[in-house]
Amino acid sequence: MTLWWIGDVLLLVAVLPVVVYLLKGVLDAARGIVPSVRRIGAAAEAGSRDLDAVPLLLTTQARVKETVEVVANYGGSLDVIVDDAEED
Amino acid sequence: MPAAGVVLIVAVVLIVLALVYYLVSTIVALRQITTGLDAAIASVGEIVEKTAPVEAVVKDINRNLDAGVDLLEGLLVKKAGLRDAMGLVDGLYPGAAADGLRNFPDSSTLKPPRIAEVYTKGTLTLARLGREAPIAAVSPSGPVLRNVEGGSLDARSLYPETRQARPERLPRSPVIGTNAPVQYPPSEQRGGTTPDDAEIGEKGPWAETAAEGIVPAELGGSDAPRELLADDPELDSSALGETTESDAPATESGIDRSAGDEADATSDGGPEVPEGAEPDLKDAAAPPRQVDVDVDEGS
Repeated sequence: MTLWWIGDVLLLVAVLPVVVYLLKGVLDAARGIVPSVRRIGAAAEAGSRDLDAVPLLLTTQARVKETVEVVANYGGSLDVIVDDAEED
Repeated sequence: MPAAGVVLIVAVVLIVLALVYYLVSTIVALRQITTGLDAAIASVGEIVEKTAPVEAVVKDINRNLDAGVDLLEGLLVKKAGLRDAMGLVDGLYPGAAADGLRNFPDSSTLKPPRIAEVYTKGTLTLARLGREAPIAAVSPSGPVLRNVEGGSLDARSLYPETRQARPERLPRSPVIGTNAPVQYPPSEQRGGTTPDDAEIGEKGPWAETAAEGIVPAELGGSDAPRELLADDPELDSSALGETTESDAPATESGIDRSAGDEADATSDGGPEVPEGAEPDLKDAAAPPRQVDVDVDEGS
C-alpha cells in the first residue's frame, strides 16, 4: 500500500509536471512558427504582385532598341557634319 | 477500491488530459503552418514564373545600352578629342571626369579643362558640337549664357599657347561703319573704288553698273528710306559695312611699290639649278616661231 502511495505521489508531483512542461514547449514552438509563416506568405504574395510589371520589360526592351537605333542614326549624322578633333 | 487506487486513476487521467490538450493544440498550430507554407510556396512559384524571362530581357537591354554608350563615347572622343571630351563631361556632370570613360581607360587620369567655368551647359554643347553654331547672347529663359565681353578671353586662357602673350590692344583697323569719318551710300560703295566718269569711259559702260549700285536706292536698296526697307532695323549700314575710301596703308610699313622694279627674270626666276648641272638644251635647236620672226621684221 505504501508503494502505491509513493507511485501516486511520483505521478502527480514529477511525471505530470514534466509531461505538461514538455508538451507546452512543443506547443509554444509550433505557435511561434505560425506568424513567421504568415509573414513569409504575405511577403511572397506582395513580391509576386510587384512582379506583375515584369512584362513591361518587353516594352522597355523594344524602346531601348529603338532609342539606340535613333542615337546611332543621330551619331552617324553628327559624324558626317561635324569635323573630327584635331590631333594634338 | 483503496484510496491509493483512486488517486492513481486520477493522476493518470490528468496526464492523459494534458497530453490531449497540448497535442491537439500542436496539431492545430502545425495545420496553420502548413496552410501558410502552401500559400507562400504558391506565391514563390509565381515569382519564379514571372522572373523567368527577366534575365534574357535585361541582358538584351544592357547589350543595347552598352552599344549606345560605346557609340556616344566614341563619337564624343572622336569629335572633341579625349581631353576636351573629359572637360565637356566634367562640365555637364561635375566630378564625373574622375570616373573616366568606359572604353578609354586613360581618360580617368587626364586633368579635364575647365570648360564649364566659361560656358554654361547649352552654350557648351552648341559651341562644341557646332563649331559655327550661333551662340545666343541672352538665354530665352535665364541669365546670359555666355560672357560676351570676356568669354572669348576666358576660353582662350584655358589653353596655354603663345597667342595669350600678345599685347591686349593691337593697333586698330581703319575706322569703318556708321562712325567712319567719310560716309558713302551703300548702294554706291560695295567694295573697291567708286568709278568716276574717267574710269567709266576707260572701262566701258559695264562700269556704270558699279556706280549705280547693285540695287539702286529708289528700288529699295539698303540706303533707301527706311519706309521702303524691310522691317529689320538691325540691318543698317553698321551691319552691312562700308569701305574706308582711304589710301592709308593697312600695315605699318605699307606696300613697297618699287619692290619689283629691279627684278631680273633671268636671275631671279626659274628653279634653283645646282652647280655643274647640264643646262636643258632640248629646245635650243628649234627655229624661232614665225610670229616672233614677223614681229622682228615689222619692227
